[in-house]
Amino acid sequence: MSDLINLNFTVNGEKKHIKLDPSMTLLEILRNILKLTGTKEGCGKGECGSCTVLLNGKAVNACLVIASQLEEAEIITIEGLGKGEEIHPIQKAFIEEGAVQCGFCIPGMIMSAKALLDENPHPSEEEIKWGISGNLCRCTGYSKIVSAIEKAAKER
Amino acid sequence: MSVVGKSVERKDALDKVLGLAQYVDDMHFDNMLIAKGVYSKETYGKIISIDISKAERVKGVVKIVTSKDIPGENLVPIVRKDMPFLAEDVVRYYGEPVAYVAAETIEAAEEAVKLVHIQYKPLETVLSIEESIKEKAPKIHPHGNIHKSYKIRKGDVARGFSEADIIIENEYRTPHQEHSYLETNGMLAVPAYEGGITVYGSMQCPFYVQEGVANILNIPLNKVRIVQTVTGGGFGGKEDIPSLYAGNAALLAYLTGRPVKLVLTREEDFFTSSKRHPSLIKYKTGARKDGTLTAIEVTYYLDGGAYSTLSPIVMWRGLIHATGPYRCENVRVDSHVVATNRVHCGAFRGFGQPQVIFAHESQMDILADKLQIDPAEIRRINAVNVGDETSTGQKLETSVGLLETIEKSVDKSEWQQKRSIYEQDKGDKRRGIGVSSCFYGVSLGAGGRKYERSGAYVEINRDSSVNVAVGTTEMGQGMRTVLSQITADALGVKYEDIYIVPVDSTRVPDSGPTVASRATVMSGNAIRDACRQLKERLGKVAEEMLKIPREVLVWDNDEVYFKQNPSVKLTFKSVIEEAYKRDVHLATQGWFVAPYTTFDEETGQGWCYFTYVYSTNVAEVEVDMTTGIVTVLKVTAAHDLGKAINPALVEGQIQGGVVQGIGYALIENLLYDKSGKMINPNFSTYIIPTSVDTAVIDPIIVEHIYPDGPYGAKGFGELPIIGVAPAIVNAVFHATGVRMKELPVTPERLFSVIGEKK
Ligand code: FES
Ligand code: FES
Repeated sequence: MSDLINLNFTVNGEKKHIKLDPSMTLLEILRNILKLTGTKEGCGKGECGSCTVLLNGKAVNACLVIASQLEEAEIITIEGLGKGEEIHPIQKAFIEEGAVQCGFCIPGMIMSAKALLDENPHPSEEEIKWGISGNLCRCTGYSKIVSAIEKAAKER
Repeated sequence: MSVVGKSVERKDALDKVLGLAQYVDDMHFDNMLIAKGVYSKETYGKIISIDISKAERVKGVVKIVTSKDIPGENLVPIVRKDMPFLAEDVVRYYGEPVAYVAAETIEAAEEAVKLVHIQYKPLETVLSIEESIKEKAPKIHPHGNIHKSYKIRKGDVARGFSEADIIIENEYRTPHQEHSYLETNGMLAVPAYEGGITVYGSMQCPFYVQEGVANILNIPLNKVRIVQTVTGGGFGGKEDIPSLYAGNAALLAYLTGRPVKLVLTREEDFFTSSKRHPSLIKYKTGARKDGTLTAIEVTYYLDGGAYSTLSPIVMWRGLIHATGPYRCENVRVDSHVVATNRVHCGAFRGFGQPQVIFAHESQMDILADKLQIDPAEIRRINAVNVGDETSTGQKLETSVGLLETIEKSVDKSEWQQKRSIYEQDKGDKRRGIGVSSCFYGVSLGAGGRKYERSGAYVEINRDSSVNVAVGTTEMGQGMRTVLSQITADALGVKYEDIYIVPVDSTRVPDSGPTVASRATVMSGNAIRDACRQLKERLGKVAEEMLKIPREVLVWDNDEVYFKQNPSVKLTFKSVIEEAYKRDVHLATQGWFVAPYTTFDEETGQGWCYFTYVYSTNVAEVEVDMTTGIVTVLKVTAAHDLGKAINPALVEGQIQGGVVQGIGYALIENLLYDKSGKMINPNFSTYIIPTSVDTAVIDPIIVEHIYPDGPYGAKGFGELPIIGVAPAIVNAVFHATGVRMKELPVTPERLFSVIGEKK
């Protein structure tokens, strides 16, 4: 274990000041320290996308980001997507389109969709597919996930 | 207003999109220990010694268990008990669990795992079906290398072949497939009072897990409570092996008196969890000039891996379906599942069928080609219909929608036009269209007769909300939604008022496993039984309130009304309030036992499943002749499932199953080195389809009502994957003229054959 460092960053709009091991991954920080378990671990090695969160507006695999990269960073997780009681339009579209099965890939999938739509509000079907190509889903065959993202884009 | 047949919103969708659904790794208990496994680094070897002394000294390590610490029986109870919870004197595959560590932190547990020192004496390995069946092969088990054999004898194959105008004979091979559920296996065991234990975890079959935990701890079943947590995919992969993880977590919890969480890394899950069986299939088909089948002879081998787990019944299912959904009077099938020093194989969506269906649907295609008959037509010519017999002599009495699936998929995909258009492709990119048909026996049938029952507990609360407990599980397929729809209709109340409680082994009697597309029929019928009883009781109350005999009362949409005059009515709520005042018992258990099934091991004849579902898949591909890369353009998939309780969920099952089928056909391949070690236990080298590897999928629902199913439903879930690979391979043949007899059809393999042909 390396020496602990002091970190300042924001998670879902809340400022955090924590002392921790600089080699800890963002995924461990979120799940084990901040108890934000909506972000999932499917592989821990950057292969599945289950742990996708937004880091300064970009989709990243939280299992590949380490604490020392987080100073002054702004992080958004699935828990921070809706506004208060209101769920986010992407979340709503996932429900309406029946895009959810076992649900394990879904938080990461939704975060990738959010990053995609923030950058490209009207993506083509092809662009959506590439936008989520780092997020594995074994249940749905992706069809309804792609239509959910299309729907969310239309309704924005 | 019925909700059955409507695509209502999933019960669990909101929790899941919000990130609130609690999977086992999201749970935490005070004082909880973290467990890590010590897995064998030898493929096949005698254990000379296990030294845990250094590992025990790591700060934070609380307990290390080996087989010596097991108070009960060191065998996981599955079909045949041959797999230990922890290897005793021999390890039989690379990755086999030998010890488990429980520590205060994951770091301490990982450190200790590295320090457990195991000495092995290597033994000569057996790494393939061919090696395993050699006469002089080393024996992996005392009983030898055949886990189990089954056969079918029907008619006279010699006569059948002599009547044939054409006979074709081929060998087919298929690989392991890894389930790749996104949530790895995990269990959390918590000591309970008076020597009991509660295990929370990701699983399909709580009652298997309950038996496993009782067995390893040597405590009675009533002391073991199993609670299924939200489960991140199963596909059969969480049928057998969760018992092993649960047993070991429970052992550590039992011995330390503290909660213990064991969640596998992806690599650990690859190494230790069950896979789809690799196969070798020798297939001989005889037919007349007009395409009718005269005889089929099959020898079907499965590689069961080091332990038999579910292999006997996986093979049995393959056996029953080995000749396809076709009429054929002369059949001889021999099937053997053999032991090798590779990871044990178990249940995977399709359960022994995708392998053999790849073979029979290739054979049908070859026949069609040789006889110059359209491939869809040759299936139509032989397809079973009501009144026909299967290869086991079972007469199909109702609900046989195969012909309609052929017609609909052929029409909708514009089969005829595309056959000729694609044949014009002569350049580097060539398109092709192929078809496959198959059937699937619902539930366990005669192969799992002792599990063919299910219970349900239905309770109407004082506020008229309803909770339902069942023993089958949700793993993403949508069971909680479908069963809520069935309950709502059975009671005549709103879908929104139904809540399926988390599956807990103490709520209903042992209801068998959640496998074989059985939850809808089994739990659905048990729920209907309970609702019938409750409505009897409520009927008495309503009859007195309305002064109208209950026989002419209709329960619908939160109301009960007089059939002849619907304005004479009461709200459901008011009947419940009155019933509570009168102390009427508004909770009850329902029970369902599946219709009779049989199987004679000598002849292989019998009434094997109570009903079957049917499907036809049409696949369109484009092959790059310069690289061998196959792109699937479209899959049109028609399925007869009796009744779609929720069409959107059915579509989701089809889309997901098709994409798994594309992976099986073209990409997924577990690889081993010469020593028998798996070399690609991760998603960067074991590739599953991503969003850009999919195709346009056109699901078609065909409904041939099954009278004994809930609202005519037969069950679904497994069927979508089964026919996909052969349809793709047949399309590749149409595009290229090259017949691939081994899966997956990787670019390297296809290109090398195209190259040879050139
Ligand atoms: S857990 Fe981070 S990519 Fe899989
Ligand atoms: S919904 Fe199960 S992995 Fe995507």
